[in-house]
Amino acid sequence: MTPEQAARSARMLLTGVIGSDTHIVGNRVLSLALEKAGYRVASLGALTPAREFIEGAIETAADAILVSSLYGQGELDCRGFRDLCVEAGIDEILLYVGGNLVVGKQPWPDVERRFLDMGFDRAFPPGTRPEDVIAALDRDFAARAAGARIALP
Amino acid sequence: MTNSGSLALLIDFGSTFTKLRAVDLDAGRIVGSSQGPSTVTSDVTLGLKAALDDLARKLGGLPCFRHRLASSSAAGGLRMVTVGLVKDLTAEAARRAALGAGAKLVGTFAYRLTRSDIEAILGLRPDILLLCGGTDGGNAEVILQNATMLSASELACPIVLAGNRTAVEEAEDRFAATGKEVRVADNVMPELNLLNIDPARSAIRHVFMERIVHAKGIDRAAAMFDAVLMPTPAAVLEGARLLARGTAKRPGLGDLIVVDVGGATTDVHSICTGAPARPDILLHGLPEPFAKRTVEGDLGMRHNAAAIAEVATLSAIAATAGLSEPRVTALLRALAADVERVPATLEEAMLDQALASAAIGLAVRRHAGTVETVYTATGPRVMQRGKDLSGVTTLIGTGGPLVHAADPLPILKAALSDPAEPQSLRPAQPRILIDRGYVLYAVGLLAEREPEVAMALATSHLHSIARSFTGGSSTAA
Repeated sequence: MTPEQAARSARMLLTGVIGSDTHIVGNRVLSLALEKAGYRVASLGALTPAREFIEGAIETAADAILVSSLYGQGELDCRGFRDLCVEAGIDEILLYVGGNLVVGKQPWPDVERRFLDMGFDRAFPPGTRPEDVIAALDRDFAARAAGARIALP
Repeated sequence: MTNSGSLALLIDFGSTFTKLRAVDLDAGRIVGSSQGPSTVTSDVTLGLKAALDDLARKLGGLPCFRHRLASSSAAGGLRMVTVGLVKDLTAEAARRAALGAGAKLVGTFAYRLTRSDIEAILGLRPDILLLCGGTDGGNAEVILQNATMLSASELACPIVLAGNRTAVEEAEDRFAATGKEVRVADNVMPELNLLNIDPARSAIRHVFMERIVHAKGIDRAAAMFDAVLMPTPAAVLEGARLLARGTAKRPGLGDLIVVDVGGATTDVHSICTGAPARPDILLHGLPEPFAKRTVEGDLGMRHNAAAIAEVATLSAIAATAGLSEPRVTALLRALAADVERVPATLEEAMLDQALASAAIGLAVRRHAGTVETVYTATGPRVMQRGKDLSGVTTLIGTGGPLVHAADPLPILKAALSDPAEPQSLRPAQPRILIDRGYVLYAVGLLAEREPEVAMALATSHLHSIARSFTGGSSTAA
């Protein structure tokens, strides 16, 4: 195990596809890549209501929740996600979201802004590679260890 | 009885009666049944002696038994409180473990225990407390805090710890520091949405055998039996499990459910995976135990007959019973005042049948899984929660109202699926058996030591009242 992987093995990540969305393949690929990188991963799979992400994060003491949405309804499904975390007492948890988050062709910076405003720490556009997510996680966890909320760009 | 050593004595220390079944181990048949009063609250030996005298009269003397095994639901049953973290996750897993161990669940708690929760737990006087919380390597804080709260309390009962393995040792130390008795078992949920209740169930059973039997005073009669193996509901579950799976020599009956209608509760046991019938059905929620027991505390034929009528609606009960609503109300009031009452008139028998039928329908509906259609971007998909019992091939009924009914078939039909309610995954066309002689607990008690005899016992004493029910016709065995 590399020192990098050892550091990652202390972190638990929770993944899943939110809402009435059955697109599981991308989420599986991401979960496997995260595990291979050394992170501990609990996967909720497809068709997961927001509430179950929160509950799962409590039981597993997850350090981050990675929400996938591929069917264009992510904006509706993810509304209030951070508020749910605050209610459940895990307000500090790192929240990522990614996929085909909205319907139609909308400029990415607008979409990203909307999800950041909802309380997600990072939003990822379609076509994001697992290594980009791993790099972001590494940087954010390092920033958190140093007392920041997330790593600055 | 000259062939000493070829018989087994199976004892059930019940809440009303001490029941005995003498089983011929060579023939796999019951050769004598008897009962005495339940005397656990005074001196357990009195009721057992009365039952043994009764048996001796029937057998012409008492033989030397090869096994003398007992189960108990006396003195309030095995009263358990469960504590978990998230209500639908480890708290639910803990609940299932306790029910599967044959416990009478008197309280379930989740998240951090408060001072008033601790007060409530003390007031519930549990025999065992099951403390869970966190997946392995997951949340440790809550189970540790709960352990601290409980260890500092006046709680005197043994504790079974089956939570996050990285926190369990520390929790154990906290209990040990205040002199509490603890037994550790593997986590009921080692990974998110992975259910692992058998180790906790077996720990509960050990505590039951080693401690609770003594605490309830049942071991005063220890010279008269070899062991009290488990709570009676666990014996029924074990009996059902053996019957479903079979033995080395005899094939089992396959997927089955047992419905037990009682005075205080209606219990349902299912032995099957309950997996979706088609590969395109998505399974959602916590995985289900292969041997699952649920207890409906609001569906008892005597202690809460009015509650059954309330849930099933008075008009439905009246219609089934063929009585007027005011008459049903009057009869229910009489039942509430006299919970030991056995139906004496035709009216009372009709009402009992209607209540039993409603209780069975509701209890099996709650036990069975459901399906719903979810509309996704790629079209509609069927999502299943809980166990699919539609393919269950055997339904076994037991309990007073079924055993004493002139025709139990119409009552038990309430357990079956209804085309008007396709979302409820109840059995569709099972063969229907009835356990008239209360042999299932005896089968469960014998299952470990004499599986072949236990299997023979079950097959020879369960009566078929309908072979693959197809709508109306009943076939006697």
